[in-house]
Amino acid sequence: MSAPAPATRPPTGPVRFSEAQVAEVRRLQALYPERQAALLPVLRMAQETFGFVSPAVEVYVAELFELSPAHVHEVVTFYTLFFQRPVGQHVIAVCHNLSCSLRGAEDIVAHLEARLGIEAGETTADGRITLLRVECLCACEAAPMMQVDDAYVGPLDRAGVDRVLEGLR
Amino acid sequence: MSEAVLSRHFERPEARTLAGYRALGGYDALRKALTLGPEGIAAEVKKANLRGLGGAGFPTATKWSFIPQKRTGPVYLVVNADEGEPGTFKDRYILERDPHALIEGMLIAAYAIGCHTSFIYIRGEYVQPWRVFSEAVRAAEAEGFLGANVLGSGFEHRIIVHRGAGAYICGEETGLISSLEGKKGWPKVKPPFPAIKGAFGQPTVVNNVETLAAVPHIVTRGGEWFAGLGSKTQGGTRLYSVSGHVNHPGVYEASVAITLRELIERAGGVPNGRRLKAVVPGGSSAPILTADQIDVTMDVDGLRNAGTMAGSAGVVVMDDTTCIPEALHVVARFYAHESCGQCTPCRECTGWIYKITARILAGKGVPPDPDTIVDVAKRGAGSTICAFYDGAIGPYISYVEKFRAEFDHHVRHGACDVRPGAKAPARTD
Repeated sequence: MSAPAPATRPPTGPVRFSEAQVAEVRRLQALYPERQAALLPVLRMAQETFGFVSPAVEVYVAELFELSPAHVHEVVTFYTLFFQRPVGQHVIAVCHNLSCSLRGAEDIVAHLEARLGIEAGETTADGRITLLRVECLCACEAAPMMQVDDAYVGPLDRAGVDRVLEGLR
Repeated sequence: MSEAVLSRHFERPEARTLAGYRALGGYDALRKALTLGPEGIAAEVKKANLRGLGGAGFPTATKWSFIPQKRTGPVYLVVNADEGEPGTFKDRYILERDPHALIEGMLIAAYAIGCHTSFIYIRGEYVQPWRVFSEAVRAAEAEGFLGANVLGSGFEHRIIVHRGAGAYICGEETGLISSLEGKKGWPKVKPPFPAIKGAFGQPTVVNNVETLAAVPHIVTRGGEWFAGLGSKTQGGTRLYSVSGHVNHPGVYEASVAITLRELIERAGGVPNGRRLKAVVPGGSSAPILTADQIDVTMDVDGLRNAGTMAGSAGVVVMDDTTCIPEALHVVARFYAHESCGQCTPCRECTGWIYKITARILAGKGVPPDPDTIVDVAKRGAGSTICAFYDGAIGPYISYVEKFRAEFDHHVRHGACDVRPGAKAPARTD
């Protein structure tokens, strides 16, 4: 599998899309039979822009859809890929489901925790890396595997994990 | 080894471009379909005995036939590319390695059901598959395979690529529809079925990626040919995702009439001279089989007769180093995490069973625990809106009943007899 691509997660700024982004929101809303169907794509855009989906981002997105912030919050909290708190520059998500666990996922998690000095679910103090445990990413042929930002990486052993971490420096 | 049908382009990178796909005969099936007409296509798919390859195994032609003939609004085709069943990864191969085969299948299916807008819902984690597939859609649009006048036939069709955001339940067709509509992915009460009232309240067919990728082959070579590749009640080959303790994990295409034993052998067998212990034959929701049950055929009915299910064809192989209570713990953690919370029995029972397995693994189990797992599992059965919980029951009951002695050992001795000294996996709740 390919090497992880570098990610840049911008710091949180004022919660406002650019004009071009608002135009993109309107395009997405018009793409579907019902405007609300664009909510997931727009939340993704918001997360990419603002770093994570804060309550302020929820309120802003709700305004763009003329939805209640409660509805947007309900959606944001339902899905694992929407972050409600700041995350590191890079997100490492280790699969701990059946096929990966049969092939040593727990050892991969333990090694990452030791190398990064954090537990799964936490972010390194320098804000560089967030480590997560996730359910099946459907790449069991590469077990044990993980997702590093956009890329799937596996099969992994401790040395392979070290190489990935080296690449994120 | 049977002929490669669905996987024929997997090792041919040129198929990923429109020009390369056409050079391999791509989109000829679409041209033929446009001359066959909707009824002609439906007749071939019916003859083919094509059954849904996402998990439920429902006959595809029957599903299409539920779309009302008399209607005033649009019909939608929704492609379920929210692959998520643990142990399954074949739809990713199609999206990444043969995207135009899926587009062609979507176009033929859409034409057969009178649909002008289709949606493909790709799981959010699948970034590379989404990129490859989206690029293929753009190429197909640019060359007139999609748009206002598909290949000059007068048939109009557009594809909207939609990305999920991380939720297993969105692979359930009505949960997927809720999610597509911009809501949390809660499954809907049926009836009404999606064919009557689906996406955006309109008649909708939801088909799996692999199911649609099979359609061009059926059109090109005929339903009878496709039917002949499979068993009496299920036509065709399918893509088996084989993982776990095998020498060569990967996607293997085979007739549905292949036996589980043959499939494991094709994947190189169990490594390091170890012995086979158990196999999950159809994704994590399929009841587990013991090593002496692997002479079953892999078709829907063959596996059903063996007390399990073909499901998503995700085959997870476990050798004799596997602690079954630990495997159940991993699976139970998954169902507890992914229960959408809408129905009380599912929300509560998945949580309880996960806690019991965690207790057993931590050496704090009590003798009634194995019975309690089975009892709790059965109490929730059949009482929920969707099939999620009934799927979870598959592993709960079968792991305990078939490997009872291991569970009893854990609760009596507080330790594992298969892997002495093994550390209990972390609890993440």
